[in-house]
Parts: sequence; C-alpha cells; structure tokens
Amino acid sequence: MAYLINCPYCGPRTTDEFYIKGDASKQRPDTIGDGTLDTWHDYVHIRENVRGRMAEHWHHTGGCRQWLVVERDTVSHEIYAVTPASTWATSRKGSSTAARKKPARKTAARKATGRKTGGRAKT
Amino acid sequence: MTSFRFDTGGLIDRSSVIDFSFDGRTLTGHGGDTLASALLANGQLLMGRSFKYHRPRSVITAGAAEPNALMEIGEGGRLEPNTRATMQEIYDGLVAKSQNRWPTLDRDFGAINSIASSLFVAGFYYKTFMWPKKFWEAIYEPIIRRAAGLGHLSHEDDPDRYEKAYAHCDVLVVGSGPTGLMAALSAARSGASVILADEHASCGGSLLREREEIAGQPGHEWAAGTLAELAAMSNVTIMARTTVIGAYDQGVFGALERVQKHVAVPDHDVPVEKLWRIVAKACVMATGAEERPIVFGGNDRPGVMTASAMRAYANQYAVAAGRSACVFTASDSGYRTARDMKAHGVHVEAIIDARSDAPEIDTDGVPVLTGAVVTNVDGGKHAMKAIEIDRGSGHETIPCQSLAMSGGWSPVVHLACHQGARPSWDEDAYCFMPPLNNPAIIPAGSANAVWSLSKCLADGAARGEQAAKLAGFKTRKTPVPKAKDETSHTSAPVWWVKQSTGKPFVDYQNDVTAKDLPLAAREGYDHIELAKRYTTSGMATDQGKLGNVNAIGILADATGKDMHEIGTTTFRPFYTPVSFGALGGQHVDAHFRPVRMSPLHNWAADLGAEFVETGLWYRSSWFPRDGDDWLAAMTREVLNTRAHVGLCDVSTLGKIDIKGKDATEFINRLYSNAFAKLPVGKARYGLMLREDGFVGDDGTTSRLSENHYFMTTTTGHAAETMRDIEFAHQALWPELDVQYASVTDQWAQMAIAGPKARDVLAKIVDTDLSNDAFGFLAAKQVRVLGSIPAMLFRISFSGELAYELAVPAGYGEAVANAIMHAGEPYGIGPYGLEALSAMRIEKGFVTHNEINGRVTAGDVGMGRMLSKKKDYIGRMMSERDGLDDPDREQLVGVKPLNPANRFRAGSHLVNLGDKPSLKTDQGYVSSVAYSPMLESWVGLAMLKHGRERHGQKVMLWDGLRDVYMEAEVCDPVFFDPAQEKAHG
Ligand SMILES: [Zn+2]
Repeated sequence: MAYLINCPYCGPRTTDEFYIKGDASKQRPDTIGDGTLDTWHDYVHIRENVRGRMAEHWHHTGGCRQWLVVERDTVSHEIYAVTPASTWATSRKGSSTAARKKPARKTAARKATGRKTGGRAKT
Repeated sequence: MTSFRFDTGGLIDRSSVIDFSFDGRTLTGHGGDTLASALLANGQLLMGRSFKYHRPRSVITAGAAEPNALMEIGEGGRLEPNTRATMQEIYDGLVAKSQNRWPTLDRDFGAINSIASSLFVAGFYYKTFMWPKKFWEAIYEPIIRRAAGLGHLSHEDDPDRYEKAYAHCDVLVVGSGPTGLMAALSAARSGASVILADEHASCGGSLLREREEIAGQPGHEWAAGTLAELAAMSNVTIMARTTVIGAYDQGVFGALERVQKHVAVPDHDVPVEKLWRIVAKACVMATGAEERPIVFGGNDRPGVMTASAMRAYANQYAVAAGRSACVFTASDSGYRTARDMKAHGVHVEAIIDARSDAPEIDTDGVPVLTGAVVTNVDGGKHAMKAIEIDRGSGHETIPCQSLAMSGGWSPVVHLACHQGARPSWDEDAYCFMPPLNNPAIIPAGSANAVWSLSKCLADGAARGEQAAKLAGFKTRKTPVPKAKDETSHTSAPVWWVKQSTGKPFVDYQNDVTAKDLPLAAREGYDHIELAKRYTTSGMATDQGKLGNVNAIGILADATGKDMHEIGTTTFRPFYTPVSFGALGGQHVDAHFRPVRMSPLHNWAADLGAEFVETGLWYRSSWFPRDGDDWLAAMTREVLNTRAHVGLCDVSTLGKIDIKGKDATEFINRLYSNAFAKLPVGKARYGLMLREDGFVGDDGTTSRLSENHYFMTTTTGHAAETMRDIEFAHQALWPELDVQYASVTDQWAQMAIAGPKARDVLAKIVDTDLSNDAFGFLAAKQVRVLGSIPAMLFRISFSGELAYELAVPAGYGEAVANAIMHAGEPYGIGPYGLEALSAMRIEKGFVTHNEINGRVTAGDVGMGRMLSKKKDYIGRMMSERDGLDDPDREQLVGVKPLNPANRFRAGSHLVNLGDKPSLKTDQGYVSSVAYSPMLESWVGLAMLKHGRERHGQKVMLWDGLRDVYMEAEVCDPVFFDPAQEKAHG
C-alpha cells in the first residue's frame, strides 16, 4: 500500500504500476567528450542516501511506459513534481552545456535536502 | 457454568435461533450474537488457554483488542485460526474450536508450565535455548514449535474468493459511534462524499453498548435514525464489517471488509473478504478509546473483564459472566458498570476503588471501598469464586462470580501513528494522545480524549466540518442533539497492584507478568523497544492493544522515568490481523503467475510436445515418440535436424520494432559492436552491455529498410531490455528521433534449420533463397503462402543452414503446419528447447547461463567486438582495469574423460589434486548437454585462464551430489568450427 504518482500522461496512478530505478540527479557523462573513468565511476556507482527531497527515475511500466522523474521527500513521501524524463534530460543537457567548464555541480536533490521534523502540537 | 443470558433486554434477535458448534458441542445463539456472547449465553466461560502457561482464559474485552478468546473457525480449506470470538458473528453451522490446548480445553497438559513458571521469566527463550548449537534443530525448535499453539493452519486450498478494491471519497470517517455519526452527518451535509467505516457488524459503536440517551431517545435508536438519514444521502457510503487497518501517504487508507465471514457457505460470485484502498482528502479518526485493564493478581481468571466489556455484554447481548459481580476501578467507568449490572439484576457486591480520594459518584446503593485493591482472584476454569482485596489492613475475601476492572482509557491512536509519528503522554488526561502531524487525519471524540457523550457529539460535528472544509467544501454548523452527561473525572492510573498475591498479567496473550518488565530493565533491556522484545509484551496477535500502556507505566515505575521518557513502541499497520487471502486478493494461481503461450503452442501440443516453464512462458521442450524419454527424443531431434531439417518455435524471443530518422544512431549506441554501417537487408548479431561494462543481453537486429529495424532479445531479458531501451531514449538521448514498440506478442517466429531448410522454405516463400540472393545474415520482408506478410532472416542458432521466419501471430499455426507439410518429403521434424540447447552448446553459443551479469565481453570471447569508435551503453566502464585481467574466468568447453558420464551445470572446476575450496576454485560449468554429434556429455564453462588451457585436464566437482569427475578443457565450439554448414 503506498502512495499515488501523478503521471503527466495518465493521471494519478498507484505505485503498483511503476518500476523505480533510482537517483535521477546524475547525468550520464559524455564518453567521447569530457567523460573520464572518475566521472563514470561517480555516475554508475556513487549514490547519496538522501534524507529529504530527492529526484528519482520511475517508469510507468503498467501504464504509458514513459520514464518519469519523480521528485519526492524520502521521509514524508510527499511528491513535489513529476516530469517526463525526456523533459528533465533536455533541460539539464542545456544547463550542463552552459556550465560545461564549471566543476562538477552539486545535484539539485542534494541542495534541496532538508530535514523534516516530526514535532507534534500538544492538544 | 456461571455465565448466562438475561431473560429480557439486549439488541439481539431472540426470534432467530442459530445453531453452532464449539469444540464439537452443538450450542445455540441468537441473531446479533458474536461467538463470544453466544458462548457466555451457553455457560461457556472458558474459551482458550494462554500461550506460555496454558492458563484457562475467557474474554477480557468485547471488541477488536481481545487477546484471549482466539478460536479456529471453519473447517477444511476454510479453517482460519486466531479469530477473535469477540468479532466473529455466529451463523448457522459455524464450527469453532478452542486453541492452544492438548488434548482438550478442559484437561490441558501444557498447564504444567504454570507450575514451573519460575523457569519462564522474561528472556527465557534467550537464556535457555542457547547451547549446544546442534540441539537447536533436533530438540529446542520442535519443543518451541509444538508449545507455540496459537491455532493450526489448514493445508488445504482456500476455496473462497478474495478481492482488492479501490474507493475514493472526500471524507473518510473511521468509527460509527456518537462522534463518527456526527462527523459523517456534518461532512455529508456540506456535500462532501463520505465513507463511514466501522469494524463491527452493526454501526453505532458505544451507543449500542451503553444505556445513554440522545435527544430523548435511547442511544441505539438515535444511532439507527442517524444511520438511516446517512444511508438515504447519495453522497454517503456506509461500510460495516470494515476495519480501517492502515493510514498511508497521500490520503491512502487500507481497509479490510469482511463481506462473507458471517455466512455458512459463501456465495462464490462474491468475495469473502475485500481489501480496500480508500483514497480520502481528509479522515476523521473517530476510533474511540480502549479501556485499560488493571494489572493485579489473577486478573486473567475467567470472569474478569474490562468494565466496558461487562456493560457491552449486558446491554448489547444480554449476557453476563456471573450472577454476582464486583468492580475494581480507578476510573468512573467502573461505577457505570455497577449501576448497569444492577439494573440487569446482577448482584453487585462492591466497588473497589483504588483511589483513596475517589470522587463522589452515584453507585445506586452499591457499597464503595476506597483506597482498596484486588490482590488475587480465586476461581477455576469454569467459574470465579471470590476476590481477595487489600484495604491496607490485611487481606479480605469477597465472594463473587465476575469482576469488572477499569484502569482508565487509552485513545485508539493507531491511524494517526502509522506514518511514523508517535503519540505523546498527556499529564492531565493520563493517556497517550494521537499525534497531529498529518493535518488530514483528524482525531475526534474519545480518540482525542474527549470523554463525555455530549462533548463527543459536538466534537464529531466540528471535526466533520473541519474535514469537509479541508476537502474544499463550504460547511454550515450542524445542530448537535442534546445528551445527558454523567460526571467524568480523570484520575492518576494504577499501573499495577504491588501487593498482588496471584500472578498479575500485563500481556495476556503472551503471558507477560508485571514482574517481567522490571526484570528486563534490571538486565539492561529498559528501552521500551528492547523490553518489548525481551519480554514479548505487546508482540502477540493483539499487538498489545490492552496491555502496552500498562507495560509502559510499569517500566516507568521500575526505571524511575516518566511516561513520556519511556514512550511507546512503533505503531505499524495493520491495526488488526489481515488474512493472506485478502492480501493476495484475486492474484492467485494463473492470476498471480499468468501463463504465456506462444502462438505456436497448439502446433506443438498437436505434435505431442512436452512443455517446460521458462519464466511465464510455456515452451515446447521435446517431442516424445513411442514413449521415449527427453534424452532419446532430444537426440532424435538433433540428429534429424543436422541430417535433414527441423522446425523449432522461437516465438518467445523478445522482439522490438524500431523506426525513425535516428534509428541507426540509436541502435548504434545500444549495442557495443558496430551497427552504423549495417546495410539494408542484413541482420547482425549484437552484444549489449550494461552501463557498468558487463554484458547485459544479446540478440540479432536486422535492417529492413533505411529507417526501420527489427531487434530480437533473449527470452529471459526481453522486458528488461525493452525498459532499458526506453530509458536510453527518454532519459539519456531524447533528442534522437526514434520510435520503438515491443512486438513480442505480435509475431510468431520459427527456426527452420538443417541442410534441407532452403528446399522446404522455397516451397512457401515468394523469394529467391539462393546463397547469392539471400546469403548468410540476409534479412527481408517477404510473403509466405502467397499473401501472408512475413520477415525472413538467415540466422542460425544451431550452426545449420537455417532461417528464422516471423509471421503475424495469428498465422503462426497455419504457417508452421504448412512448413511441416512442405517438409514432409525432406524428413522434417519438430525440435524443442532441449534440442535447441544441445545444438547451441555444440556450437559454443552463449545464453544467459553464460552472460549471467558477472561476465565481460572478453570473458565470453567477444572482446574484439567492442567498438573503439563510438559511444555506447557501457563503453567507458568496460575499459576499466580488471575487466580485461588475464586471471578472469574465460569461456571454454569441457568434456568428461568418459563420454557417458553425465555432469551438471553449476559444478565447479579445480586443478587435479586440489581440494575444492574458494581458494582453489578455478571456475564453474555454466551449461551442459548431451551432444548427439559427439556422443558425449559436453559443457560450457567459465575457467580461469581458460583460453590458454585447451587440452588440459581439470577436476569437475559437483558439491550438491558429491561427484568428482575428470574432464578435458577444449574450445567451446565442439561442432563444425569452420561454420561451413551455416554458410552452405
Ligand atoms: Zn503514465
């Protein structure tokens, strides 16, 4: 029993219909261009254990078969945004081309990581 | 035999008489009875035995929290253990059995544990069953397992149907007591869609169980009127017999509806239980409060129950545990019980109030002993005789047949806690309050420590409005009916009676006593989560609904901490047990594991094929003739194919149709070998890596026209490869103009292999098949039998002159039959998966037996295929140091020295003279077949330095069967290494 994902193509659907791949913050290095074994190692193997907001690749396997980027809170499970993976990839390709010579950027997920506290109001 | 039914009263239907059986005895009850109330009406006070000490037990509650009265209900495949008699409605023919006793409930040998109880202290299992290690399997475990009675499972199939269902609403109201009814009413009047769920058969909650009045009517009549009003509203759904079992993210609630658990023979067209997923914008948690027992000596004796349970049995079901009663209380609830029982004609001896400053409350003439405690209960299995009390001046005895106890109230906070928040102790209300983290879960009424009836009605109305507003509706104030309130005082709880002379139980079901918790604390397990596991308090099927708060209080006492510091254990769904049947829903048998049948299934079945399950597929495995076994059939099929011609169903291969302006570029990035220059009309073998550089999958891809490709994948990885391709396009290279679709099920595909393959095909295909026109690895869209569109590929997985022909699935059977007919003069025969495997092993072709996720292209001899000229999935990581380490295991062939010696895949390879170990391990056998051509068992293996070791001898070791066998390492291509046949 889990939450609903608002697929941009199909509307709100249960997670049963989806397959989760994981962290979407990494961008595939360009092998021919500036990819090195170090950047590839980071892309393939290194994952943050995010507490808080995280962007992940989900596949609507039992629906439209589109890959989506679901931004959600790993603590509260609140979903902030669901974007087609193609849109996400296209916008990031644009920004990475602009920032090509800058040092490896921190992921959006990491920057946005915020701890939600579970305080309760006394009644 | 002290329990009995009153001559009048109750909400039961005395005109309906229901026969049921308990431990083989036929008893009768009335419509509206639960199993528990019906047993009490029949004088059956004894209902079960406790888990550890096998103490005789009866009901403690009249609801969901019941820890004692657990029964096996039903027979055969319908048998369900651990059913709470307090929740089970009776029906004609119901068969109930008591649990945890042997040989009978009345004479139970396990009760001897009670005498040896000093052995069974907290941590007993940890302390006792420690050593020697081998005693575990042989002695300890069987003893523990037999002792752990708690009902039996039927080993028969459950004949009933279960279902999963979905519902959506604006406001979900959980609980239909006074609070829930008002909440549902006020929310529904705003126009919000409302679901009102209640776990009991009849809605009304406490209004069915108390003698209270609302708007001048008896409470249950007001409830019936309100329910009728709700039922008439089109935006309201009332779900009785439905327990909301969990609260999840985004307003998703789990609920279990017991649709047909109250009928003798369920209607097969209707599920017996439904597991609901209810999506609600807001939830009013009107779940009520649980009355706490008091922990004192003998508080588990049959005849002792909570004060509210005693009232419920009397008022709703017109039954009592005894003709006389005493009340032991630390709250006002005990007084109400005394008055109600007196009104029903039960003689109430005394109210023993633990509070020395007990408030003045109407007792209807029953004497009150303040500042007194019960220290023991004298009674047997079937009747209580007396209680022993202590007023500070030694022990006194009061004869009575039943005892009501009330240690105060605990709000039922579970749903508010399921998303991880914990309740907190309220010093003024003396209870754990529900957390308010989720604004959409709104505690109301006694679930939020609102105790009096009129306040609950008002709170329900207000919370219902609050929920409707949250769901986006405009609300108007709902008029709240008048109710006469009784005084209600809150008093400091009495966690346990230290002067107890009998055993004081905290957790009834797991037999945890008040002494176990301080012991756990002394031994270092003072954290509540540790104490729970060390003592097992709160770990039984009731999950400590009754005892947990007392346990926390006792632990606080023992450690000198306050309640808040100790805190609660974690509240996890489900609120009450859920059957596996309901969890499985309709997903059983083929609905759980669907069968995939090839479009050529019937063709193969008609030829007598034996099928084998590979994943979900049923594949034709071999075609026995004259009763020969798989080995004889496979051998015949291979020899016939290699000598003449054979037809094999390969429809299970994954098939992907790829089109688009950038299709060539896309495919070139998917495969590790070069694809950019594949000419139209040609097929090519392709190797796909994973992004980490290891081999992922392989197959052939054909270029049918400039921008149109047809890709095949392995059967086993078809779904995964499709998903990876979708990812590669959508998430990595969305700029590529390419479209793709899985067409696995759209095409029937068959391999036609053998020296006569061309002659046979020529009879049905409209194209020139000569080597010049259609050479090795040609691919073409053709027509068969004059008009059927098809794809023809000159590819060979057998090493023979071979073709694969794909036709639209619906034509598969007809085309296969036509080929068989055309091939008859050439000696065509069908061949199955066994023959296909044997031929591919003879040829040294790899499958997922070899490319198992741990091997590189180099390992399987395809290192040179990896392109250095392009980017592709896995390119960079495949060039890592270590992936081309010469010490890696490499693909080789192995042959036993004695060709008749069968060996198995999974066998390990060691050097001659070495003992098999991790250190001496040289590799493993990945595939084995009997080779009809070599007349020998042969295998493919992954062997360290394998390619340098052709001709060497190694030891094959099959650890499972303890077989050692000498074998020779050889080239993996056993047959026709020059590929002459395939090119012929
Ligand atoms: Zn979708």
